[in-house]
Amino acid sequence: MNQRDLNQGRPSRIEGDIRATNDHKYSTYSGNKALMLEEPLIFEAGSLDKSGVDIDVITPDINRLGGLERNQTIGLPGLSESETVRHYTRLSRQNYAIDLGLFPLGSCTMKHNPRLNEKMARIAGFADIHPMQPISTVQGALELIDELAHWLKKLTGMPAVAMSPKAGAHGELCGILAIRAALEARGDAREVILVPESAHGTNPATAAFAGYRVEEIPATEGGRVDVAALEERLGPDVAGVMITNPNTCGLFEPDMRKISDLVHAAGGLVYCDGANFNAIVGRVRPGDLGIDAMHINLHKTFSTPHGGGGPGSGPVVLSEALAPYAPLPFVTKSKDYFTLIEEEQSTAVAGDTFGRMTAFHGQMGMFTRALSYIMSHGADGLKQVSEDAVLNANYILRSMDDVLDAPFGHSGPCMHEALFSDKGLADGFSTIDISKGLIDEGYHPMTMYFPLVVHGAMLVEPTETESKDAVDAFIGSFRNVVQKAIDGDNNLLQAPHFAPRARLDETSAARRPILVWNEPETAQAAE
Amino acid sequence: MIRYYTEDHEWIEVENDEATVGITDYAQGQLGDVVFVETPAAETILAKGDDAAVVESVKAASDVYAPVSGEVTDGNEALVDDPALVNNDPEGEGWFFKMKLTDTSELTALMDEDGYKEFIADL
Amino acid sequence: MRYLPLSDQDRGQMLAKIGVQSIDDLFIDVPEKARLSGTIHDLPNRASEMAVERHFKALAAKNIVAGEVPFFIGAGAYRHHVPASVDHIIQRGEFLTAYTPYQPEIAQGTLQMLFEFQTQVARMLGTDVANASMYDGSTACWEAISMARRITKKKKAILSSRVHPHYVSVAKTMARFTGDMVETSLPTLDRVADIERELLESIDDDTSCVVVQYPDILGNINDLTKIAHKAQQHKALLIAVVTEPVAMGAIKSPGEMGADIVVGEGQSIGVGLQFGGPYVGLFGCKAKYVRQMPGRLCGETVDADGKRGFVLTLSTREQHIRRDKATSNICTNSGLCALAFSVHMTLLGEKGLRDLAMVNHTKAVKAADRLTSIEGVEMVTGNFFNEFTLKLPTDARAIVQLLADQHILGGVSLGRLYPDSDGLDNGLVVAVTETVLDEDIETFANALEAIMSGDLS
Repeated sequence: MNQRDLNQGRPSRIEGDIRATNDHKYSTYSGNKALMLEEPLIFEAGSLDKSGVDIDVITPDINRLGGLERNQTIGLPGLSESETVRHYTRLSRQNYAIDLGLFPLGSCTMKHNPRLNEKMARIAGFADIHPMQPISTVQGALELIDELAHWLKKLTGMPAVAMSPKAGAHGELCGILAIRAALEARGDAREVILVPESAHGTNPATAAFAGYRVEEIPATEGGRVDVAALEERLGPDVAGVMITNPNTCGLFEPDMRKISDLVHAAGGLVYCDGANFNAIVGRVRPGDLGIDAMHINLHKTFSTPHGGGGPGSGPVVLSEALAPYAPLPFVTKSKDYFTLIEEEQSTAVAGDTFGRMTAFHGQMGMFTRALSYIMSHGADGLKQVSEDAVLNANYILRSMDDVLDAPFGHSGPCMHEALFSDKGLADGFSTIDISKGLIDEGYHPMTMYFPLVVHGAMLVEPTETESKDAVDAFIGSFRNVVQKAIDGDNNLLQAPHFAPRARLDETSAARRPILVWNEPETAQAAE
Repeated sequence: MIRYYTEDHEWIEVENDEATVGITDYAQGQLGDVVFVETPAAETILAKGDDAAVVESVKAASDVYAPVSGEVTDGNEALVDDPALVNNDPEGEGWFFKMKLTDTSELTALMDEDGYKEFIADL
Repeated sequence: MRYLPLSDQDRGQMLAKIGVQSIDDLFIDVPEKARLSGTIHDLPNRASEMAVERHFKALAAKNIVAGEVPFFIGAGAYRHHVPASVDHIIQRGEFLTAYTPYQPEIAQGTLQMLFEFQTQVARMLGTDVANASMYDGSTACWEAISMARRITKKKKAILSSRVHPHYVSVAKTMARFTGDMVETSLPTLDRVADIERELLESIDDDTSCVVVQYPDILGNINDLTKIAHKAQQHKALLIAVVTEPVAMGAIKSPGEMGADIVVGEGQSIGVGLQFGGPYVGLFGCKAKYVRQMPGRLCGETVDADGKRGFVLTLSTREQHIRRDKATSNICTNSGLCALAFSVHMTLLGEKGLRDLAMVNHTKAVKAADRLTSIEGVEMVTGNFFNEFTLKLPTDARAIVQLLADQHILGGVSLGRLYPDSDGLDNGLVVAVTETVLDEDIETFANALEAIMSGDLS
């Protein structure tokens, strides 16, 4: 086993037995606590003959189902509309969200999601058009994609962009496949992708998926790529590097241009993970640093909503070297007419494309939202975005570094996220306790235990959409919780005390997975 | 019977050319609650350093490497139903697989118990 | 700027606390040459809400809206009526602006919803388990092929000729890089073509999986039992692809017929057309394969007080832990679309889904009868649900364009789906959902008749 696998330390089971619940002497019949409402599953509440939709049933004279009728009960209970709205509204109240408060999740860029974006995405001319409509009937949609593409190219200083990837990791895959296609086209079979040890897990997963062997490059004491070690490792077997910039420690890679030049000189290509683009948008163009491909998480930098885990969108900007290999389909413009290049024209117009990554043209609903956000800000507003994001993060770094260890804080400013370690906490206290303590304070915790290169990492990203008052209030809570962990306040070990649920038993969940609901009788019979 | 240890936190107990392999108490402690184990099938040929088994906790998944070369004779089926054995008795009931060694001289590169204790003390 | 709350005074105070003179001092790690002095030229500055809206409306006006014209397009995305409460619920900030539920104590809303979604999907598809969703149907299909390789340790995937060509194209693209073999062929307009026999004959001991679409790209529905049986004999998996989940309210699920993995495009329930995305991939399989499944999974457990709760589980399969050995590089699901799917499904319930499915089927039968009554129009599809393929006497692409010029969106030509195959040019795939009115069918049929009687051939 690798030592690193063992260092991921994060407790996953509730310590000791189920805790005594008599800390709330007053109990209720419903199990509710005023506005904290319990809600059953729809399988417990609904019934098979109930429906919240009125349908004019037509009984067919004959059917053409060929004897394949579904006669068995499917098991899908329904609810009336009033019950449905209440069910989901009650569930929604058990969630934390940006709309409720600061969401300092490092590397995730949880910024305010403007409602104008939602309104624009719902205009029928975008929301209610089919991906296979004749091209002449979707000119406005193609123009919108082209417009967003123009912004993304200008903001990154790159000549081309592939719009279809469905999320950041899909974008990474797009970039790496383009790199492999380009190398194969010049008859150069290379085998290795170099990835810094601090990289996000998607980087090695993507490179391995694309058939590459992944090798790690070490970091310097200062939390940057060790350029000397990288240079040492470069050679004819290295297809390229995947580097996050600003990196996962929240630091800018000052030698990025040099890294690009070294990799190019060795015949490789440079993939940049753009997850942290929010720190530099409008102030630095990655294209000026010599990169060949970078994905842009529209759901981070450009504020399309995270939606409780997607959908994302991950367009990939490409250099001249990689542009010919971009995936299908893509939009082209000739005079004032937009065309979608699909398989049919592929040999003539896009002979080198590496192929298709998804059924249709990408996350149109995210394109509309992102463009609405980008236009609202404009070139001047976007520059202010990165400045305020970096300002808020540094303000937190300097407001915390007297109580919490900031492993790279001494060497200078951070970018849009501040990184701390669990050094100095009382014995038996770790990052997870600070996270859970923040929940009681009314915050979503920061990113914990990532990046792996820092022990008990806490990665805090406030984003630019927080006011000074909001950031000050968060700092107050953060300091309070950290102090408890330094003092060894045992109550913290059982936090959260005030959330809809206490700490959950992830160990049992994984040992005996229950992934779907079963009727209680069936469940018992299976015991 | 002699027990050896690797820097990858595996133990291997050898009698003649037959050996039993598992992960150390230190390793299980670091991994936390083990939730899943995949052991190799009998007759699998392993070269020293090959991926031999997989052990998963909630927070980590790790490959267990073959400490020396040989042919697998048995995988511990009990771990499939009760992965907690790895936590409760890592160096006994929680063994991973048994193998027939092809080259016992490979053992000389491994640590003994005292050596391993020193090794983990430095981590 | 309306989304940026810091004032200049705030900024000044914060810079002072940090101990630097200006914002530029925080960007000192950026080399001089890479720093932009002003704003990026050639790009406009900020715009008001009103200005943005005006611009978007002008662009939108250049598109023909599906809901405003007779509309018969399907081929992997379907226009159904979505109840108003679906959109209301997905716009609640607690769902819309939440993150992936990695902190389960304050994400039970999303987690319980995902657990309900997984159960609904598994039951619809007839599988033991389902995951918390994938990007879309096409990527789910590839992930299934890749999962079959991990399970069977074989690399040859056989794709039926009637799997959506874009799905095939995605699989071929990925296979080129992973070293998998993808065997497939083109469909034909021959109504009696026995693709089942072809498929059965192609399965051998090297086969990792057989992929069939149900209903297929031409609209056919066929029993999958024999294929499942043959696949099993050769230790290969049967993967079924469902692009129209409403069909599951009318016809047997692939799981009931023995499919090992069932994937689908969930767009048609709760999620609008949106020009192709975001959609929601469905992924279900037999319980014994769960550890080889890609994507997020939500599981039931208890909290420290003994109360039922939900968590993301089996995450060691995923990239953030497994890194280069992960089952997939996927880092996200399609959470909000899964919510829309689940809300719509809850509103429908079993009764609603079955009724909706029968309305779709009945309207499709009616449209099929009317359109094939036109001289020269032949039916290609055998049994079908709400989509079928017609053979026209001339190239269907031209006809589709002429219909579009009259603001009738009359299906997808096979020429667009299969550009390299001359034999398919006359094929037209027509989908009919509950949103189609009887007069739409009449308008479409009359226009088609008029075009065909002109001198187009």
